[in-house]
Amino acid sequence: MGLEAKLNKDGFITTTIDAIIAWARKSSVWPMPMGISCCAIEMISAADPKYDLARFGSEVMRFTPRQCDLMIVAGTVTYKMAQVVRRIYDQMPEPKWVIAMGACTSSGGMYRSYNVVQGIDQFLPVDVYTAGCPPRPENLINAVMTIQQKISKTKARDFQDIPLLDLETAKN
Amino acid sequence: MLFKELVIEKLKNQFSDSIVEVTDFRDDLSVLIKKEKIVEAAMFLKNDTDLQFTMCKDVTAIDWATRKKRFTVVYHIFSLKDNFNLRIKANLDDEPWQIESVTSVWPGANWYERETYDMYGIVFVNHPDLRRMYMPEGFQYHPLRKDFPVLGIPDSLPLPKVIK
Repeated sequence: MGLEAKLNKDGFITTTIDAIIAWARKSSVWPMPMGISCCAIEMISAADPKYDLARFGSEVMRFTPRQCDLMIVAGTVTYKMAQVVRRIYDQMPEPKWVIAMGACTSSGGMYRSYNVVQGIDQFLPVDVYTAGCPPRPENLINAVMTIQQKISKTKARDFQDIPLLDLETAKN
Repeated sequence: MLFKELVIEKLKNQFSDSIVEVTDFRDDLSVLIKKEKIVEAAMFLKNDTDLQFTMCKDVTAIDWATRKKRFTVVYHIFSLKDNFNLRIKANLDDEPWQIESVTSVWPGANWYERETYDMYGIVFVNHPDLRRMYMPEGFQYHPLRKDFPVLGIPDSLPLPKVIK
């Protein structure tokens, strides 16, 4: 079983660079916990021993965007906060993914109001939407697994020629 | 004499012609006063040794929408001397919607007045720092006015540009 069994006689394996990089990438997705409101509590639960996000290599929540691959936007995003969320997203290194966790981030949720952005896809490229108010930790883990599937299909050339950040956008 | 009666009597003696109305509903005393006298009355209520309303708990406003005197500014103040709450109200008759700031009396009213300005567009004259409280700078409207749509005004709040 496992890789060791294959390698016990000075063995070697053949694969493609794309496959091995995608495998490495998807096995350690470091999330940026953008916990803005109540969804953040469920996000914390997902990382605790009961639900254990570490099983999927995503337990390392970094509180600096510069060390993260995945932004979990967990909570109601107001128009004022949208500028901040975007600024943090812009600081994450490529390649990067976004989970819109919960009803508020996906669609504005119950806040059908002048101050709440009706869905963060108005200013962020969202990869996975998560239903629930707030979503159960299993649901967030499912979202992370969906991201992993998405990453496993990527190829190195997908991330070439990504245009440099528009300076205007970075400045907000 | 009850503290409540003392408050009414003292106010009536001091501001006989400026007190428009005194109501006492379910032990909740409120005094409607002419808006020109608001700072004077606040100063009196705070500094009078028998009353000592030293704490300003809240400043807010009401938008009556269809009434001629459209806005009412409401102050909730508190006397620690007798554990007593008093509500002062002042009607704004006409544009420009403005009233004298009470920050010179209660410095704690500073942010309450900023919030009221942000939400209702009532200008507090002589306020030391009258900026918006919740809405972003540069926002043109005042959301708690009755003529403001619940879903807001399209494109009045900027979002970051979309990439990809």
